[in-house]
Amino acid sequence: MAFTSLQEILDTCEKEKIPFWEAVLADDLNERVVTREDSRKQMAGLWKAMWEAAESYEENERSRSGLVGGQGGIMEKYLAEKEPLSGAFAGQVIVEALKMGECNACMKRIVAAPTAGACGVMPAVLVPYVKKYEPEEEKVLDALYTAAGIGQVIAARAYIAGASGGCQAEIGTASAMAAGALVALHGGSGKAIVHAAAMAIKNLLGLVCDPVAGLVEVPCVKRNVVGAMNALSSADMALAGIESRIPPDQVVDAMKEVGDQMNASLKETGIGGLAGTPFGKEVAENFLGK
Amino acid sequence: MNIFDILGPVMVGPSSSHTAGAARIGLMTRKLLGAEPVEADIRMYGSFAATGKGHGTDKAIIAGLLGMEPDDMRIPDSFSIAEKEGLKFTFGTADLKGAHPNSVVLYVKGKNGRERKVQACSLGGGRIMINELDGIELNCTCEMPTIVVNHVDLPGRVAEVTTMLSMLSINIATMSVYRDRRGGRAVMVVELDQEIDESVLNILQNLKGIVKVTYISTGGK
Repeated sequence: MAFTSLQEILDTCEKEKIPFWEAVLADDLNERVVTREDSRKQMAGLWKAMWEAAESYEENERSRSGLVGGQGGIMEKYLAEKEPLSGAFAGQVIVEALKMGECNACMKRIVAAPTAGACGVMPAVLVPYVKKYEPEEEKVLDALYTAAGIGQVIAARAYIAGASGGCQAEIGTASAMAAGALVALHGGSGKAIVHAAAMAIKNLLGLVCDPVAGLVEVPCVKRNVVGAMNALSSADMALAGIESRIPPDQVVDAMKEVGDQMNASLKETGIGGLAGTPFGKEVAENFLGK
Repeated sequence: MNIFDILGPVMVGPSSSHTAGAARIGLMTRKLLGAEPVEADIRMYGSFAATGKGHGTDKAIIAGLLGMEPDDMRIPDSFSIAEKEGLKFTFGTADLKGAHPNSVVLYVKGKNGRERKVQACSLGGGRIMINELDGIELNCTCEMPTIVVNHVDLPGRVAEVTTMLSMLSINIATMSVYRDRRGGRAVMVVELDQEIDESVLNILQNLKGIVKVTYISTGGK
């Protein structure tokens, strides 16, 4: 049966003396009745699609509403000319997050992780990591299993869609998955993985889903940046040995509780928050009135 | 949810419900038509009608009707491809009271002259549900190999089909039967654990009282 708590994964790891990703993979084989090779092949296909999506960016493209496009290119230019305040690696993370968010808005092929709106978070940390540290592909796939296991538990205990639980559920989950993947790639323990995920969710708790005109553009593209940067800092904290004071599964449950209390106008309805600003309403009227 | 529901699908953006799901609705409608569509009148409802344009829902539905999967990179160009392939289409809105907010009705006509009316909704994550077929309400997710049988609501029709499948050693995973009224038009939706080939469909098609047999394969294109 699929895991319903992060603790359950850690317990399995301890009992079977296996790493985090292996527990998730074993569970997948059991759940879907597939061979190990088939599962790894499918994961490799996703990684390839993610990498290709990152390379498919074209800075001249604009979304159908015209609201987004080109920002990844602007950021990349800045990075080439100046040392960003957040450092060169983090600068790359920002570039990739913007690019993928814009690719999605411009109808390019992407990998939903866990959703299309949050598709930039995982590749934003993985692509620069792979370019800098050059891990073996098998290690990257292990990190993807790690991320998927985290996402699976969040989906079971809370939710992963903005329409259900706000942006905290969507970018928040992507950020937790990315944080866990980074810790796995960088040699952290299973415990560090779940605490990185927990810290990532905690730091985005309460984030609302308020897309202007209901489109996956504003503020979604830039929220991918915050999800990726938050994953980076959460992973670093966990690798340093810092833990979430609130037990990780309880953090996920808190996200569910906050999402349940969130007003419907803040759950992808395009009514409240940034969508409800005079500018947001004007865009909605101009675009939808056409 | 399995781990590939969490990571994936690979899809053309921007929205799993409004783009990927919409493409799947188009593709399943094509499969239900069982032919290349030449005419399509598409009526959107709810969030599909309100934000569909910005999400490329219209382009995705047409792409699906042309046989494209949700990860087909030609989706953004589907309108011009439709023109080349001779698919004429129109868009409008529908007032479907009580329907799922991401719903659409498609009136399609195939090259063979066949017509279908399909109402479907997009449930999120690229998953869809067919809610109505030719005026008969039903529930079909098209996630497993599915046989859709249009028949006349008379005694013995369901038994004929299930007996034949059992003789062919084909296991039924789930099955539902719907009708518009007693003795009227009816539909069986039969989900299978395995893919079947055309010979099975021909056998079913020739059974008494069976109007039409359509197969929705989940593998390949």
